[in-house]
Amino acid sequence: MITETKGYMSVNFLISQAKNIQIVINENAAEIEALDQNIGDGDHIFNVQRGLKLVVELEDNIKNLPMQKGLNMIAMKVLSGIGGSSGALFGTFFMSMAKTPDLDKDIDFNKACEMVITGINAMKERGKADVGEKTMMDVLIPVSEKLNELKGGNTDMKEGLGEIIKIAEDRMLGTKDMLATKGRASFLGERAKGHIDPGARSSQLIIDTICKSLINK
Amino acid sequence: MKKFINNVDDFLKESLNGFGNAHSDIIKVNFEPNFISRKTKTKEGKVSLISGGGSGHEPMHGGFVGHGMLDAACPGFVFSAPTPDQMQAAAEHVDSGAGVLFIVKNYSGDIMNFQMGAEMYSGKNDSIITNDDVAVEDSTFTTGRRGVAATVLVEKIVGSLAENGGSLEECKKLGEKVNKNSGTMGVAFTSCTVPAAGKPTFDIGNDEMEFGVGIHGEPGRKREKIQPSKTIVNNMLEAILDDLKPQKNEKTTLFINGMGGTPLTELYLVYNDACEILKSKGIEITRSLVGNYCTSLEMQGASITLLKCDDEILKNWDAPVHTAAMRWGM
Repeated sequence: MITETKGYMSVNFLISQAKNIQIVINENAAEIEALDQNIGDGDHIFNVQRGLKLVVELEDNIKNLPMQKGLNMIAMKVLSGIGGSSGALFGTFFMSMAKTPDLDKDIDFNKACEMVITGINAMKERGKADVGEKTMMDVLIPVSEKLNELKGGNTDMKEGLGEIIKIAEDRMLGTKDMLATKGRASFLGERAKGHIDPGARSSQLIIDTICKSLINK
Repeated sequence: MKKFINNVDDFLKESLNGFGNAHSDIIKVNFEPNFISRKTKTKEGKVSLISGGGSGHEPMHGGFVGHGMLDAACPGFVFSAPTPDQMQAAAEHVDSGAGVLFIVKNYSGDIMNFQMGAEMYSGKNDSIITNDDVAVEDSTFTTGRRGVAATVLVEKIVGSLAENGGSLEECKKLGEKVNKNSGTMGVAFTSCTVPAAGKPTFDIGNDEMEFGVGIHGEPGRKREKIQPSKTIVNNMLEAILDDLKPQKNEKTTLFINGMGGTPLTELYLVYNDACEILKSKGIEITRSLVGNYCTSLEMQGASITLLKCDDEILKNWDAPVHTAAMRWGM
């Protein structure tokens, strides 16, 4: 069961997730690139791939570090190594996660939820984007809200994670018919309609990968 | 993809290295984090100007580092905003104590990364955001207009004020005035190929043009059939004049900017058409700039920028400048 409390999340957990995500993102790279070329300029996939590679390469430097130090090193690596919107947003995500209180204790499911929620809130603040603006936040904010609901609730965790997978997918698909009001796609007006947002797609794939690996744990 | 490349991963590093060696009399290229600074230390009391953005727009911004213009430039990967540690390192390197003004083009990635860089830098600093692209509707609900070729004019004009002792507040104020007084409209005939992508950013027919294109090959207002230059230039100017609403006999600077793949002969032809049209509308062209200054890799196309000029703007435009890409008066 994933409700086990001891050592629920660790730096090693983050690295192994980054490796899983790397495989899935690479498998879907051509699709994400094509989405970005429709409404952006095609840099998103390269930024995400570069970021994942950098995090995976950090393994030897961070695997024995406590959570807060590990997260801060990931944050600095992502922030200085990616660039573009993705670098600033994901760097902010890890930097803020590291600021969650009591990370030196065992991290249980509720604490892990709190970390992710803190991180997503900071991204929202940094990008000044909310739901409905055709960005990755269309996926991440509803996921964060669901995590908040699950945190401390009575829902079976596997069931809850299954719901998150569904929410991420629905919200990702929902960006297709939106007008963009943030990011480079916002310059297109009506022409952005009919295309899924590439950031929403990559975020959904990341969430899908993490949730599935937890469900099958 | 046909490009001068040894290894895609080394593309930026090797190009920056070449730039540094070619212009070692003016600038120095610093690596990890990457930034281009002047060869000489910022003189005491002078406000430092720092700009930056994705690479692929050369000579912007590195080509504008030098006397009378920028103190440092932070190049990101091709078409990707630079990272906050670059801005922090550049600011620490150039600031003489008078403060740093960041000049940022209005793109989400640039805004976020420069904001974080500014937060990480402990010294006095402020920012101006350029958004001269009239192709994009501005409203409170969108990211707003893009910052494009007028950024070159902002960097030149504010650079002169900073060189002559303008304070951080005065530099910011003048930069905002130049930005507000400029309008830009771009057209592309072909796409461009980001080295890491290896294929063109967008497809465009042999007889088509993208009207209102951005500087990364991102789509603009509409896709149209190609027309005679006079018609294209007229449509571009109409969009700019609608936005700028210049007075009759207003003094202006006319800036014809190449996107990287269009020869100067064509840019001068565009200049010729633009002059004729502006004259017929009673608009006075007092200064001119024609060339490839704010490019999109090898894209064929051009942008027109019109800047309404008062005496303060003209004085600072004419002041001496010595950078890799712009030099006059010294």
